[in-house]
Amino acid sequence: MSLPLFFFYIFSAVTVASAFMVISSRNPVHAVLFLILAFVNAAGLFMLAGAEFLALILIVVYVGAVAVLFLFVVMMLDVDFADMRRGMLQYAPVGIVVGIVLLLELLLVAGSFLVAPDAASGSSLPIDGTMDNTRALGLVLYTRYVFLFQGAAAILLVAMIGAIVLTLRHRTGVKRQSTAAQLGRMPADTLQVVKVKSGEGLQ
Amino acid sequence: MDFINAALDYLLGIPAIGLGTQIGFVYKALALLVGLLIFTAFILLADRKVWAAVQLRRGPNVVGPFGLLQSFADLLKFVFKEAIIPAGADKILFLAAPLITATLALAGWVVVPVFDGGAMANINIGILYLLGVSSLGVYGVIIGGWASNSKYPFLGALRSAAQMVSYEVSIGLVIITVLLCVGSLNLNDIILAQRDMGLAHAIGVPWLTFLNWFWLPLFPMFVVFYISALAETNRPPFDMVEGESELVAGFMTEYSATPYLLFMLGEYISILLMCAMTTVLFLGGWTSPIDLPPFTWIPGLIWFFIKVTLVFFMFAMAKSIVPRYRYDQLMRIGWKLFLPLSLIMVIIVAFVLQLTGWGWHGGVA
Repeated sequence: MSLPLFFFYIFSAVTVASAFMVISSRNPVHAVLFLILAFVNAAGLFMLAGAEFLALILIVVYVGAVAVLFLFVVMMLDVDFADMRRGMLQYAPVGIVVGIVLLLELLLVAGSFLVAPDAASGSSLPIDGTMDNTRALGLVLYTRYVFLFQGAAAILLVAMIGAIVLTLRHRTGVKRQSTAAQLGRMPADTLQVVKVKSGEGLQ
Repeated sequence: MDFINAALDYLLGIPAIGLGTQIGFVYKALALLVGLLIFTAFILLADRKVWAAVQLRRGPNVVGPFGLLQSFADLLKFVFKEAIIPAGADKILFLAAPLITATLALAGWVVVPVFDGGAMANINIGILYLLGVSSLGVYGVIIGGWASNSKYPFLGALRSAAQMVSYEVSIGLVIITVLLCVGSLNLNDIILAQRDMGLAHAIGVPWLTFLNWFWLPLFPMFVVFYISALAETNRPPFDMVEGESELVAGFMTEYSATPYLLFMLGEYISILLMCAMTTVLFLGGWTSPIDLPPFTWIPGLIWFFIKVTLVFFMFAMAKSIVPRYRYDQLMRIGWKLFLPLSLIMVIIVAFVLQLTGWGWHGGVA
């Protein structure tokens, strides 16, 4: 057994175990934390496969940002898990069907690799071993697939604007701070210096 | 067992006495850890001394000469106290949170090149690794705040989640501007690029290395990075996470003894990591400011620590001079000022590099 293989088994075992704990733990916060553990171990698997850029993007984007917001929401919610479990048997058949379909697809992919190992190599781009994969990915993404890449970015942007528009509500009667107005105020605009003579007071 | 031998060689090898083929990782790790902890102890004292000096106080001055041993006395005091775990706390997560903070803070130092090629792991995506590790730092705070099962820690945790995620965005964009100029994600390459190209070369005085460093051409980004680093590490004036006037001590309210010590340690080590990142990205890392004999005699390691200390001094001065920000103003700076500014800078830098052909292109002309 080589060292990478040893780490492969560790990472994949922890990934599978924590993925199981995501759906079986009673506390929703623990479930999210197990999900994060699964993400981190999946990043480890990417790293072993030589895709170090994808591994770190997974950590930065999913673990560092998406999962934080996830955790944020789950902590704020008061979820009664016993209540949610009551209907679990109802959904079980649907879940089993989805699971079987996924399993079949995975078997098909693995099977095609076994039957015809060079079938996949015709469609994919040749990997340049001398180049680190950040550069290789960038060269492909911004030349050959630039329109698809920009299209995906545009869809994400529209989705983001959509989410903002859906949750935006303009409340009336809210006093907002305008920093520019505050900084632009001059003493002459607001202050009036008055010399008051003793015994006369102000008019 | 082939892989055990390979692992032992990698971890514990000593070529000098015929054990293995390379110097073991464990020894390098120990050297880095011990050096870092001692440096942190004195940086902690320096922080308090600077803060005291600004307020015309003496600061810690009792333990050892000039209070030099104060941090070690504090360490012993924390370790020998009883660690109290609140009755309603989630025990495992409560104790895991400080460990996560301290471990992640230390993990970032693995890729920092403290001298030429002096990183423990000289990986070609070093800067991305640093970004990843610092983005994980928020978990220690959130988990600690939630597991305490108390309202002030929880409010602190929620604030930190929003704050740290927001400022990561502008830090990421600042890093992208630097990477555009360098053309490599390797931290050592970023430093080499600052030595081998830049303003000093352009005006014909290549020995004035400090004019080469990215702080000059990317000055707005340097300022954005410095302020974002303060916010990212929850340093004052952005320490809403533990603002004592509102939240007692924020997410650390329920912590005591060694777990608290680990939080403090993790916080200071990640502050130092941010200082080191500033040094690497903008201040030329281990290169000497002037490439002439009296300066080049000083080894790169010393230059690196001088620069890190200097950046930390700026952090400490910000703590003592600037009053604490209000939370909505903090968010406003992050999203409405820094994000557009750094986005525009990314576009400008990309345009300039494309049109003029400047840049280091990963060392390949």
